[in-house]
Amino acid sequence: MQSLLLISALKFVAFVAVVLLTVIMLVYAERRVSAFIQNRLGPNRVGPWGLLQAIVDVVKLLLKEDVVPRNAYKPVHDLAPIISIAVALSTFAIIPFGNTINVYGHEVKLMIADVNVGILYLLSITSLGVYGVTLAGWSSNNKYSLLGGLRSSAQMISYELSMGLSIIGVLMVSGTLRLDQIVLQQTKYLWGWMPAWNFLLQPVAFITFVVAAFAETNRLPFDLPEAEPELVGGYHTEYSGLKFGLFFLAEYANMITAGAVITTLFLGGWHLPFAENLGLSPLMLSLLQVLTFCVKMFFVMMFFIVVRWTIPRFRYDQLMNIGWKLMLPLTLVNVLVTGLVLLLIQ
Amino acid sequence: MGHNGKMIRKKDLTFLQKSYIPEILKGMRQTIAEMFKPKFTFRYPEERFRPNPSFRGRPVLVQENEVERCVACGLCSRVCPALAIEVQASETELEKERYPIKFEINMVRCIFCGFCEEVCPEEAIVMSNEYELVFSSQEEALFGKDRLLKSAEELKPRLEFLRLNR
Repeated sequence: MQSLLLISALKFVAFVAVVLLTVIMLVYAERRVSAFIQNRLGPNRVGPWGLLQAIVDVVKLLLKEDVVPRNAYKPVHDLAPIISIAVALSTFAIIPFGNTINVYGHEVKLMIADVNVGILYLLSITSLGVYGVTLAGWSSNNKYSLLGGLRSSAQMISYELSMGLSIIGVLMVSGTLRLDQIVLQQTKYLWGWMPAWNFLLQPVAFITFVVAAFAETNRLPFDLPEAEPELVGGYHTEYSGLKFGLFFLAEYANMITAGAVITTLFLGGWHLPFAENLGLSPLMLSLLQVLTFCVKMFFVMMFFIVVRWTIPRFRYDQLMNIGWKLMLPLTLVNVLVTGLVLLLIQ
Repeated sequence: MGHNGKMIRKKDLTFLQKSYIPEILKGMRQTIAEMFKPKFTFRYPEERFRPNPSFRGRPVLVQENEVERCVACGLCSRVCPALAIEVQASETELEKERYPIKFEINMVRCIFCGFCEEVCPEEAIVMSNEYELVFSSQEEALFGKDRLLKSAEELKPRLEFLRLNR
């Protein structure tokens, strides 16, 4: 029992450290990649190739004064960024980074919490993220912030629906809610050579889920809650210092979570095709699998970043049209077709 | 607008175009290709921008055989729209008979329009390729003859450019 607690605590500390470090690297990567896309050099002064730039930014934010507007509702104003960051970090608890490994006779699953409702936990926690943004917009007592908060609540609620429905397709194929089981399902092969990754089995669900993930993380084609040219920064206009930093961190942590969930649900998680035939020792194999997971996530993150610098923002009516008239019917049809095909196969 | 200048309406789009996906991939190919192109910006203090002869940097006085070409006619100070140039003439034993005993450009006022260079009958004042101008006081920004004189060899590219293009 005690060793179990210890292992959980160790995993927790390691995961939080890794996530925060990845957030910092992601901020750096975004700035550098965006610079390269615009034929600029980007941050290259602090540390080798500017790698420490994001850390310096965080230190700057820590040292800034925390300004609260006079007419803001202070308790909620303080609470909102905490909700955002807590939600962003806690979704990470159920992501399986690798297969079960054996350390000194203990079976260690490479995930913090093995929740049996798995994906439902994820959906419910991410839907709490709306509160952070909406409360921040409301408590700032600023029309731009309020508009940003309202937009974000409308957007997140609309897209959560298609997000949940696109996951149903995956759940029907794998027949379980546990994320580690879903990954294990994807380690099989179709016709002996094609890895049964869910994005091959469920292409429509994959596309709709990715689009919904963009909307949920407020990333660029759907960044209406922030929309700098219209809303002066949106819900975090009235935030400064560490509290702004928390929102900033939460945004990127959400992005990492989205990347991890996309990898887990659709891209085969830690599964590296045919690596189990290489004859490696179990420990080496699981290390390789963790590495595979990281590489897959890296590619998803790069996709997020490149999309941000490629596609212009949707208009608000377009956003709602896509959400309700395109994504929702598409996911519903996908669920129906998946059910029919599963029935026919049986 | 489409490729032939024809307006494309939403109803004219094919199904694939309406589905956004191939078009988004096209756009992403463009952005990714852009990543590997040469950069426009410099690692500034280490790498510096080397201007072409056509660049209008700070105005300087051309110095030939240890003497400035300027004959202190005062046209530059007359044409200067920012009233940045002050010239005081004096007499000399040399062939040109007149020279500026004081020639001062207030670099805080100068707008780098190049009118002084254009109006000069002697090609005595030209725009150099120097663009790094930093002052910590108003007095420091008053460039006298000591800081304005520059040898004709150094300014050769600009002088040649002016001969060809004026």
